[in-house]
Amino acid sequence: MSLALSLATESLIARPSGALFWPERQLLCVSDLHLGKSERLARRAGALLPPYETRETLLRLEAEIEATGARSVICLGDSFDDAASLDGLDEADRLWLTRLIAGRDWIWIAGNHDAGPLEIAGSHRAEVLLGGLVFRHIAEPGAQGEVSGHYHPKARLAGKVWRCFLADRARLILPAFGTYTGGLWCHDPALTGLLQPGALAILCGGAVARAIPMPRRA
Amino acid sequence: MDTLPPALSQWFTEKGWSLHPHQWDMLARARDPATLLIAPTGGGKTLAGFLPTLAELTATPAKGLHTLYISPLKALAADIRRNLRTPIEGANLPIRVEDRTGDTTYTQRRRQRADPPHILLTTPESLALLLSYEDAPRIFAGLQRVILDELHALAESKRGDQMTLLLARLQSLSPGLRRVGLSATVEDPPALARFLAPDTGILLADPGPPPDIQMLETDTPPPWAGGGGRYAMVAILEQVKQHRTTLIFHNTRAQAELFFRDLWLANTEDLPIGIHHGSLSREQRERVEAAMVAGQLRAIVCTGSLDLGIDWGDVDLVIQVGAPKNVKRLVQRIGRANHRYNAPSKALLLPANRFEVVECKAALDAVRDGTLDGEPRGPGPRDVLCQHILLTACSGPFDAGQLYAEVITAGPYAALTRPAFDATLDFVATGGYALRAYDRWQRLKQTGGLWHLRDPRAAAVIRQNLGTIIDIETLKVRLKNRFGGTPLGEVEESFAATLTPGDTFLIGGQVVRYEGLREMTVEVTNQPGRDPKVAVFNGTKFATSTLLTQRILDIFQQERWSDLPAHTAQWLSLQREVSRLPDAETLLCESFPHDGREHLVVYGFAGRNAQQTLGLLLTKAMEEAGLAPLGFVATDYATLIWGIDAVEDAAPLFDLHALQDGLETWLAGNAVMKRTFRASAIIAGLIERSHQGRRKSGRQATFSSDILYDTLRKYDPDHLLLQITREEAMRGLIDFSRIEDLLARVSGRIETRRLPRLSPLSAPLFLEPGRIPVQGAGRERLAEDAARRLMEAAGLA
Repeated sequence: MSLALSLATESLIARPSGALFWPERQLLCVSDLHLGKSERLARRAGALLPPYETRETLLRLEAEIEATGARSVICLGDSFDDAASLDGLDEADRLWLTRLIAGRDWIWIAGNHDAGPLEIAGSHRAEVLLGGLVFRHIAEPGAQGEVSGHYHPKARLAGKVWRCFLADRARLILPAFGTYTGGLWCHDPALTGLLQPGALAILCGGAVARAIPMPRRA
Repeated sequence: MDTLPPALSQWFTEKGWSLHPHQWDMLARARDPATLLIAPTGGGKTLAGFLPTLAELTATPAKGLHTLYISPLKALAADIRRNLRTPIEGANLPIRVEDRTGDTTYTQRRRQRADPPHILLTTPESLALLLSYEDAPRIFAGLQRVILDELHALAESKRGDQMTLLLARLQSLSPGLRRVGLSATVEDPPALARFLAPDTGILLADPGPPPDIQMLETDTPPPWAGGGGRYAMVAILEQVKQHRTTLIFHNTRAQAELFFRDLWLANTEDLPIGIHHGSLSREQRERVEAAMVAGQLRAIVCTGSLDLGIDWGDVDLVIQVGAPKNVKRLVQRIGRANHRYNAPSKALLLPANRFEVVECKAALDAVRDGTLDGEPRGPGPRDVLCQHILLTACSGPFDAGQLYAEVITAGPYAALTRPAFDATLDFVATGGYALRAYDRWQRLKQTGGLWHLRDPRAAAVIRQNLGTIIDIETLKVRLKNRFGGTPLGEVEESFAATLTPGDTFLIGGQVVRYEGLREMTVEVTNQPGRDPKVAVFNGTKFATSTLLTQRILDIFQQERWSDLPAHTAQWLSLQREVSRLPDAETLLCESFPHDGREHLVVYGFAGRNAQQTLGLLLTKAMEEAGLAPLGFVATDYATLIWGIDAVEDAAPLFDLHALQDGLETWLAGNAVMKRTFRASAIIAGLIERSHQGRRKSGRQATFSSDILYDTLRKYDPDHLLLQITREEAMRGLIDFSRIEDLLARVSGRIETRRLPRLSPLSAPLFLEPGRIPVQGAGRERLAEDAARRLMEAAGLA
C-alpha cells in the first residue's frame, strides 16, 4: 500500500518498494541503484560477493515500472557503482536494461559514483526541472520542491530496520533502491541538519509504506 | 629414570621440589610423535609439557625456534612466560622465552620473525598470522615440539579445527615435529587424542581426591525467577570471610556486574573484592589480575574469562553462582580451588532461582557419580578450510594436490574428499558462483600449476580477517570529561542502540548515566545511588548438557522432593497444582496472557537447539494459522513463543509432515540461518569484519549479510557457502532428529493447558537472553500501531 504526499503542490506517491511515482506525469523515480557494485568490489581485489544483485535490482525496477505503467523514469544518480560498472555489466543484464529504457522517456541524473557520461540510452543530466519540482542527486541547502537521493536513509521501528523516504515541506529524499546498499541513520547530523522540524520518515521494504515522525536521535 | 639436566635437577632439589609421576612420564615419552596428558587443575600440567623442552635445550643448545606453546587465552601466554622464567633463571638455563599475541608490539613481532626465541608462547590466531608470512618456512624449519594447552577448550570450537590445520602446516614445514596436548578431565580421551594427531599416546595423571562440593543453602529462599544470586549476599560474604581467597563464578557478565555491585553494598567490612570479565577494559582487568597475583584480594567476581588455567595464587574456595549448565565445566571450575595437588577442592553451588535448585541438584549428583557430559564434534567445517586456503596463498604459491594431502592429515578433516576440497578451493579462487564467476577478477590464480593471489595487496586484508572468533559488535564506554575520559569497558552495539540519554546501566560495578554517543564511543557520567537499567551486554551463554537435562526430568518424576530444599519442593508442587510437571511421555504446552501479549510454552526437553528449531517451525505454522507470532526464545527445556493472539490448542501445530515440509522453506529465510551464514561468510572470507576505524566514516561500507544470504538462496541455492550454512545448522542449530524423536515418543499426546497467568515453571523463560524476532504479519501489525501512536503524539494524524 502506497502513501500519497505532496511537495510544492505536486501530488506524489511513495511506494513500499522505495520508488516515487508522480501520477500526473506517469513518472517513476528511483535513486541509488548502484548497479555493478559486486563487480566493482571484485575488480578492486575486494570480496567476491554473489554477482546477482544487478539482476535483483532490475527485477524490482521492472516490477515497479509494470505496476505503475510509468512512461518516464528518472534515476536519481549513483545508478552505477562507478564509471566502469556499465562496461562490467553482464550482457544479459545490459540488454535487459536497454529493453526497459526502450520506448520510455528515461533520464539518468549524475551522482557522485557515476559523475561521468555513460554510454547507455536515455538522456544524461546533472539535474532536471519538471513542474514545481527539481530532481538532483544530492540535496542542496535552501532548495524548494527538491527530490534527491544520495544518503540512503534508514530508520528503526518496532525492532526492525527500514529503508525510508525523508520528507518535509521543502524536499523529499529517496531511499536507495539498489540491492547491495547500506544506509545512513535518520538521526545522523547530515540528515537532521537538512530536514526541517516536523519532517516525516516514510518506511518502506514491507508491504506498506508508512509514515512516522523522522527519528532525530539514536 | 632421570633425564633432567643436572642444573635443573639441582635447582629442584634446592627448592625442595619433586616431580609428580606424570611429569616424569612426560620426560620418558619425550621422543614420542604425539602425547596427550590429561591431568586435574593444579597437577603441574604445563611444567610437565615443558620439561622435555628444557631438558633438550639444556643438553644441546641450538639457535632458532625449538618449542611452540599455544594457549586459547592471551593472558595465559603471558602468565606461562612468567612461570617459566622461574626455573630457567633459577637454574641458569641458556633458554630464551617470549610471547606473541595481539598485544605484542610491532617492533617486537618484527624482531621475533627475524630472530625467533627458543620457546614462543602464542595463541591460534597469532600462529595463523605468523604462518601467513612468506618467511614462515624459515621461521619454523627447525621446530621440534608444539605444546597445546587447554586442548579440551580449544577442541570444542572452530578455533580448534583451525588449529589442527595449522598443525598440519607446521608438520609439513618441520616433518620431525612432536605434538603434546594438555587437557583437563574430559569424557572421551581417545576422541581428543585423535583430534591432536592420528597416533597419539594418552597419559592419565592421578585425578586426585574427589572434590568437596555442596549446595549453599541460605535462610532466604532463592527467588522464583531471575539470575545472579543476589538474595544470598550475606551468606556469600560470610564464606568469603571464612576463606583466604574465593572465586565467585557467574554465567554472564551482566549478572557478574549486578552481583558485584550488591556485594559491595553489603560489604560493610570493606573486604578487598575485585571483578573480572571480558567486557572490562584491559587496564581494569590487568589491575585486578596484578592484585590477585599479589594476594591482595579476598574474593574476585568473575565469568568464563577466568575459566582457563591461569594461576591466580591461593584460591581455597570456588562459588558457582547460577546453575553450572555443564558438569564438565563445573568440574574444571572446581579445580581452580586449592592448587595443592592431591588436596580436595572446595566448592559451593548457589542456585540463582528455584528452577536452578533442581539443576544444581542434578549437577551435584552427576559430579558425585563421576559422569561427564559432552557432545561429539562433527567433521571440520569448510569455512575454516576456506580461510586456511587463503592463509596458505598469502604465504606463497601452493600446489592443490599437496595442500589437499596436508589438510587430510588434520583430525577433523581426515574424511574430506578431493571433490569437496576442490569445490572449496574454487570458492576461494572465483567466488564459486554457478552462473557467472568473476573470471577476470578471481582472488586466486593458477600459474605454472601453482595457485597464488591475483593481487598480492589482498594479503593485508586477508591477514586482518584471520581467525574464527566472530565478535559481537561492541562499543567502548568512557567517562565523559574534558580530558578524554577513563575507559570503563565495552557494551554490545545493539544494547547501546536501546539507550537514550539519562538511562543508567552498570559497568565495572559502577552505575553510570548514558550521555551520548561520540565517534563510536559511549559517553557516560557517574551516577551513584541510582537503580541501573539492567545491562544486557554480551556474556557467554551456556547450554545445559543433555546429561543434565535428562537428570532434571528424572527429578521431576519424583513423587516428593525431600532431597530438595523445602522452598523448591513447594514450587514444584505449586506447578503440579496449577498446571503439571513435564514428563517424558506427554508433550506439555501452556498458554497464557502476560504483560499484554499472549504466550505459548512448549516443554519439549529436547535440548536448546531442537527447542530453537521447534520455535522456528511452530512460529511458521502459527503465522500460517493467522496467530500473529512476534518472537520466541528457546532454552534446553522449553520454547516460549509470544504473539498477539492466544493459542487455545497447540496440538494441530505439531503435524510432523507439515513441520518437515516447513523445514525446507523455513531454511530459506529465518534469523538463525542468517546468523549462521554471517559467521561462516566472515570466516570464509566472503565479507570482511567491520573494524572500529572503518565504521567511523559515517557511510558504512559493510554489507548486510542477510541480503547476501537472500540473494544467494534465490540465484545460487547450491552455493558452497549455503552448503556450509546448512551443514552447520544441521549439525548444531537445527537438530531436527531430536524433534522427530520427541514427537514419536509422545505419539500424539500433546496437552495444552490454558492458564490465567504464567505458571511457576515458565517464569525463568522470561529472563532468557537470545530472543529471536519473527518477521511476519504480527510484526507489521506492531509497526502499524507504533507508527500511529508516534503520528498521534506528534499531532500529525
